[in-house]
Amino acid sequence: MSLRIVVCVKYVPDATGDRHFADDLTLDRDDVDGLLSELDEYAVEQALQIAAAHNDSGDGDAEITVLTVGPEDAKDALRKALSMGADKAVHVEDDDLHGTDALGTSMVLAKAIEKTGYDLVVCGMASTDGTMGVLPAMLAERLGVPQVTLLSEVSVEGGTVKGRRDGDAATVRLEAPLPAVVSVTDQSGEARYPSFKGIMAAKKKPVESLDLEDLDIDAGDVGLDGAWTAVDSATQRPARTAGTIVNDEGDGGEQLAGYLASQKFI
Amino acid sequence: MAEVLVYVDHVDGAVRKPTLELLTLARRLGDPVAVALGAGAADTAAALAQHGAVKVLTADAPEFADYLVVPKVDALQAAYDSVSPAAVLVPSSAEGKEIAARLAVRIGSGLITDAIDVQAGDEGPVATQSAFAAAFTTTSRITKGTPVITVKPNSAPVEPAAAAGTVEELAVTFGAAATGTRIVSSTPRESTGRPELTEAAIVVSGGRGVNGAENFAIIEALADSLGAAVGASRAAVDAGWYPHSHQVGQTGKSVSPQLYIASGISGAIQHRAGMQTSKTIVAINKDAEAPIFDLVDYGVVGDLFQVVPQLTEAIKARKG
Repeated sequence: MSLRIVVCVKYVPDATGDRHFADDLTLDRDDVDGLLSELDEYAVEQALQIAAAHNDSGDGDAEITVLTVGPEDAKDALRKALSMGADKAVHVEDDDLHGTDALGTSMVLAKAIEKTGYDLVVCGMASTDGTMGVLPAMLAERLGVPQVTLLSEVSVEGGTVKGRRDGDAATVRLEAPLPAVVSVTDQSGEARYPSFKGIMAAKKKPVESLDLEDLDIDAGDVGLDGAWTAVDSATQRPARTAGTIVNDEGDGGEQLAGYLASQKFI
Repeated sequence: MAEVLVYVDHVDGAVRKPTLELLTLARRLGDPVAVALGAGAADTAAALAQHGAVKVLTADAPEFADYLVVPKVDALQAAYDSVSPAAVLVPSSAEGKEIAARLAVRIGSGLITDAIDVQAGDEGPVATQSAFAAAFTTTSRITKGTPVITVKPNSAPVEPAAAAGTVEELAVTFGAAATGTRIVSSTPRESTGRPELTEAAIVVSGGRGVNGAENFAIIEALADSLGAAVGASRAAVDAGWYPHSHQVGQTGKSVSPQLYIASGISGAIQHRAGMQTSKTIVAINKDAEAPIFDLVDYGVVGDLFQVVPQLTEAIKARKG
């Protein structure tokens, strides 16, 4: 039995750069470098480990497709995932997608996943820009398959995905039959660095481009105009007024206690 | 007046504070109708009524504890169908956001997550969010369907407001997807006796400068002197000094307490993303150039091993 894994990744602005909004209140992508979302690297890593375990088990071949929705530059995120070891890539790219929100993105991804064919979808826990963390659940809902999300441990054996989810109140062990949607946390295991060989091999791996027409999606259902939400204003937080900074001369703790008392925290 | 659904986060009938905060926000939009699910659901009614719930819809079934998320979505959708609310508010926990996400897809509605404020507007609720590591504040609204909004803890005051709180049993039919993901086992997190990190009014965090798991005891002692929760930076968590469930930052918890005390934390952007909206920020770090000092209301440049224990003793002395 083969195992078709689709990893959803996002091309995001570098969090250490100066991120801001464009005039239409979408992310300004021009002034800040983009990269593969760090949290999606964990998804690629777990997909690679699941594929390797599957191949070792003699159950047939696993194949990893990395999928993104985004502008031309988003190919960089796909290349990074390919250089880590994914087999092929699908890039959904269409000018009409500019400004698409989470509901719309989940619809586009679901259609692309169905078109690609899948047994397992792997996502990161959230993007590092929007940080909503809702896409995996939306995908499971749209695809009509189980969601096994926020996993710090994941494995696939004999058509069943198993994982550990560390929730606020409890740690739970989960189990679901394939096909399924999985998301993994930054506790799932350090992501590998691409090797030189991996980087060279990635250049030859296929990247398929799809547009809205290929996915049978009406342009009016996505993009800024089709979004289910509208941003009305974005205001830069005023810089904090410079605080009081003291050098500890042996009574730094006492002084700080005095400050906390003056602010009525004690 | 329009009804507003409020999803109740509770533990065996004890309503958690973020839900009470949601009721404050819900009253700005209409009459709160609370939805409480699982074991002890009916026991939530009194607290919800005291905070403005006109109605409490309850449902209990083994599915809520035995399967992940989807049974709760089925129930919330049943409540939505029976009430036709003007908005649906859900606490911004990991599970709350997943429940809200699936409901939004099902009912064809827009979704806003991690709101830090919600106000009534001419075109429906207006949600305030913070973006890009809290460098920006945005206002948004939902343009399609019934607004589904998740709200972060500490976004509104808890205000008592007596209401009827009539309890009604909610009829839920579970769909085929409800039993898709089985919860094989559940191990409750051991209570530390300290407040929950995201809900705490004061958070005391330690970072790389704490330099070892055993040294977190001095961070905990400071936290206990203030009745605070303990947080940790990613560096401290990755080093294995403190559990991931206490990580504050982009890939951990996002906190917005009245007071945040960072000890031995340099203040990388990923950490700032999780604490920058704290009302008052205090830092103790021996590196005067640490970026955390750009954020502080009060900073001490010094050795945390000297400053923190002295601070703890001074607080205890002042509290008598």
